[in-house]
Amino acid sequence: MSLDIARIRADFPLLAQEHNGHRLVYLDSASSAQKPQSVMHAMDEFMEHSYANVHRGVYAIAEAATARFEAARATVAGFIGARESAELAFTRNATEAINLVAHSWGRTNLAAGDVVVLTEMEHHANIVPWHMLAAERGIELRWIPIDAEYRLDLTNLDETLSGAKLLAVTAMSNVLGTVNDIPMLVRAARSAGAHVLVDASQAAPHLPIDVQAWDADFAVLTAHKMLGPSGIGALWARRELLEAMPPFLGGGEMIRDVRKDGFTTNDVPWKFEAGTPAITEAIGWGAAIDYLQGIGMDAVHEHEVELTRYALDALDAEFGERLTIYGPSTTDARGGVISFLFPAIHAHDVSQVLDEEAVCVRAGHHCAKPLMRVLQIPATSRASLYLYNDTDDVDALIVGLTHAEKFFAVDPT
Amino acid sequence: MAGLEDLYREIILDHYRAPRNRGELEVPPAHQVEGFNPLCGDEVILYLDVENGMVSDVKIAGQGCSISQASTSMMSAAVKGRSVAEARTITRAFKALMSIHESKIGGDDVDATADDLAGVRLGDLEALQGVVKFPVRIKCATLAWNTLVQGLDEIESSH
Repeated sequence: MSLDIARIRADFPLLAQEHNGHRLVYLDSASSAQKPQSVMHAMDEFMEHSYANVHRGVYAIAEAATARFEAARATVAGFIGARESAELAFTRNATEAINLVAHSWGRTNLAAGDVVVLTEMEHHANIVPWHMLAAERGIELRWIPIDAEYRLDLTNLDETLSGAKLLAVTAMSNVLGTVNDIPMLVRAARSAGAHVLVDASQAAPHLPIDVQAWDADFAVLTAHKMLGPSGIGALWARRELLEAMPPFLGGGEMIRDVRKDGFTTNDVPWKFEAGTPAITEAIGWGAAIDYLQGIGMDAVHEHEVELTRYALDALDAEFGERLTIYGPSTTDARGGVISFLFPAIHAHDVSQVLDEEAVCVRAGHHCAKPLMRVLQIPATSRASLYLYNDTDDVDALIVGLTHAEKFFAVDPT
Repeated sequence: MAGLEDLYREIILDHYRAPRNRGELEVPPAHQVEGFNPLCGDEVILYLDVENGMVSDVKIAGQGCSISQASTSMMSAAVKGRSVAEARTITRAFKALMSIHESKIGGDDVDATADDLAGVRLGDLEALQGVVKFPVRIKCATLAWNTLVQGLDEIESSH
């Protein structure tokens, strides 16, 4: 069941570009994915015909806009297996969703000495909000380490989780590609009495996910990594948690009543949606999910696993031990994020050479500096694969890397 | 790859492959100052020995890309043995060279008048001019210089 990549690529106008006479090779989808025509059309069509603010006007287009906005919520909620749309609050992005949990649930439920468990492979978005809470409330952070295969080292898991109030863990590393066993981690956290927040930003675009099967308490995701627009993300949480949580931001929409002496909050999820939301972006996100579901997330994942296997083999065949790959060597529980480094060439310099050949990769710490410190490196280059990439893209990467290696050779020959 | 050769001039690659003044100085008497590029994780650690208004010695530690490492190496060669005032003038001249994009992003030292900088000879440093064509790399080239200014300010304010 292989995907018809030529047909998929035709849906992404940006990928048809050339730079410096080279076909554009986009290998930075882990940072942000490109957008299919259907997403752009949905957003344009909505603005041309139905745009109005939501949950306010009684006129026809306002009703239509509200209905479509709420339909988009239902689409996102369905995509992640939520029990009901009311469990899904739109946010600006996954980062804001984690901040929402830290601010609202965290400040209500965590006190000095309480433990939040993170992992060494978290993105800054799932670290800094907890550092901020630690500074404010004196909570303790514990870290699940990674092992030599770049997977979570679960040797002391029960000890680490002992007495913890929350485990906040990514479903898939944005640096290593490692896919974590969330159901197992949730079971371990539950038996320690901890709640679980899953950062699904990197997993949701690439794998079928099901928050109920995970049995998690919170999950966050963002539209722009899954073919949707930037500026919108979501927090999913079990309804009883959302209902017990105080609001995050105050303003319009999130209230039921406001008086001179106070306010009462709206129902969930609107309680967490102060101010006019990203309406057109929600429509775009819905269209992005329709596109992904039209292909099927199992097929997307299968394609990426095959392509990752191809890339890992090709990199090994060409460079062997001259290139270090920071991520699992097998494609079991691994996504299409490939971080690599020539030990003597800085990731920025490699990316610069690749850019000359229109190969777009990310270079840097990938918003995971604690992980970089564990790996004892300042940065990596990172190629990330998606449904529109094929073996030609991987081959272009490898050609570019041979040029980078030659260009920066310590002893040019 | 003509574009790349604008950026990676031979003199830059030479400083990258054989960086000058690598090492450490004892603190004190030397002053230690660190600079970070939060975008890419590059880090430069300068050890500055300033006596009687002279930068008598400079040593460099840290890690980064070829542009940041070469710029740091070239900076050390340019200011070592100069007076603090001369080091500051060279810094302003270098940052003016980079100023097309840098002026809006923390380049508080680039307001010097052209007269001020007339006659400042940058020599090898001019090889870094090609960086301006690659805006995201300007911060790589200016990291060492911003760190130098920070270090000189710290030394002067402690006196």
